[in-house]
Amino acid sequence: MHLLPSGKTRDNLWTLITPPTVWAWHFLLSYITAAYACAPNDAIFEAIPGPRLLVAVLTVVALAIIAWCGVRAWREWQSEYVAPPFNEASPAHRERFLEFSTLLLAGLSFVGVVFVAMPALFVVDCR
Amino acid sequence: MRSVGAGEGRRAHRCEGAFARGVPILAFLAFAGCVRGPQSTFAGAGTEASSVEGLFWWMLWGGVAIWIVVLGVGVYASRPRPAAHDEIVGKRMILWGGVVFPTVTLAILLGFGLALMPPFRGPAEGQAIAVSGERFWWRVAYDVEPGQTGVARGLPPGGIESANEIVLPLGVRTEILLGSPDVIHSFWVPAIAGKVDAIPGRVNRIVLEPTKTGVFNGVCAEFCGDAHAQMAFRVVVVTPEEYAAEVARQASPAVLTGTRGEELFLANGCGACHSVRGTEAQGRVGPDLTHVGSRRTIAAGILDNTPENIAQFVRATGHVKQGVEMPAYPMLDDDELTAIADWLGALQ
Ligand code: HEC
Ligand SMILES: [Cu+2]
Repeated sequence: MHLLPSGKTRDNLWTLITPPTVWAWHFLLSYITAAYACAPNDAIFEAIPGPRLLVAVLTVVALAIIAWCGVRAWREWQSEYVAPPFNEASPAHRERFLEFSTLLLAGLSFVGVVFVAMPALFVVDCR
Repeated sequence: MRSVGAGEGRRAHRCEGAFARGVPILAFLAFAGCVRGPQSTFAGAGTEASSVEGLFWWMLWGGVAIWIVVLGVGVYASRPRPAAHDEIVGKRMILWGGVVFPTVTLAILLGFGLALMPPFRGPAEGQAIAVSGERFWWRVAYDVEPGQTGVARGLPPGGIESANEIVLPLGVRTEILLGSPDVIHSFWVPAIAGKVDAIPGRVNRIVLEPTKTGVFNGVCAEFCGDAHAQMAFRVVVVTPEEYAAEVARQASPAVLTGTRGEELFLANGCGACHSVRGTEAQGRVGPDLTHVGSRRTIAAGILDNTPENIAQFVRATGHVKQGVEMPAYPMLDDDELTAIADWLGALQ
């Protein structure tokens, strides 16, 4: 991560896509966890507390990273506030645009991760 | 351009007639017919279908309410108050109406659906019924051991064979084990429950809990080849006592043997593919015909079961059902076909 003289992050495409990427990894790992626990799917009424706990841990970690990205983007956007749309061809507007977009993506990814985790909350076995 | 004008002219003309007033009524009746039909999720003939229906109505009226509010806001913002609106109010509306409301609503719907699912997939009662989706019909076996699901598996062997018609006991959670020897099919009885795929090399399960007696339609809900759309079946819901009697009847050998029809059936090689228990016909390729006469339909739910239809099907299988995996027998003369069809029709 590149820092600006002010100590703030120099935003780029990577900081922008971090929240959805975390969402994607959370989805993949949760899916693999459930698939692995339930293959070959013959004891379908046997509870799987271990894998569900693992999904819970993955969820907490994913939500923490996404929330951190969102809070950082929010702070940096607010501290040198520019209202959207960020139309000027200037470094400042570029930064604000990326921060604002990151914030929106973080919100979406947060909800996405919660929805992905919900089945593990409601379904206790492999049925 | 011209055709649009002509169309409008026709429409205008039609709207003057009494016919136009009849159209909505007819449409409503057609809809009501679908709603009550034997192939409708609205038939309310099973616990799962009923809760899907409940969800549908909630979502429908919820959708209608949202639609009215959105249009109302649109009208308000353009007609009574077309001037510029307060920016803060606008932003709040986006935040609450566009972010918080949909997120919370979707979370509630998801939670509601997730809470419904485990009980429907819960343990079943009694023996299971094995159902194999085969291009383009359904092999049925009553009284197999329940719970044998999983991957790298086949359906449990044995059971009492039948085809294209499944009898179910009323009010009992009956487990259907699903498999396939060829391609992926999907087992769906809309009036009773949701659908589950029948996948080669694995055994899936669905539990049907019928709440109404009667005859309902089932279909294949996953494209599986030429005759996919003609791969249907019937589900007959009866009382548990009648169910036990029905399974016992299916287990018995053919009720009528030693006829000319049977002779012709065997002489023409039908027995290579079909079983008629109690005769020499022991084929396993096509549907078991031991009690074919007692089924409501033939050719997987597409023709009424009459001797004429059996004869017509055997004479020109591919004509009746394109892509069917049974050869046609155009070389049989009417007299022979009638004898075979009459015999099969008598196998109650
Ligand atoms: C090559 C194997 C084969 C042969 C030989 C064969 N059949 Fe079939 N038969 C099938 C298959 C497969 C079906 C299922 C067709 C479908 O509905 O998709 C079928 C279906 C039927 C059905 C409808 C059963 C039902 O419940 O829907 C009847 C009746 C029937 N065959 C009669 C005959 C007669 C009579 C002969 C001999 C003249 C014959 N079959 C020869 C394979 C065969
Ligand atoms: Cu099919």
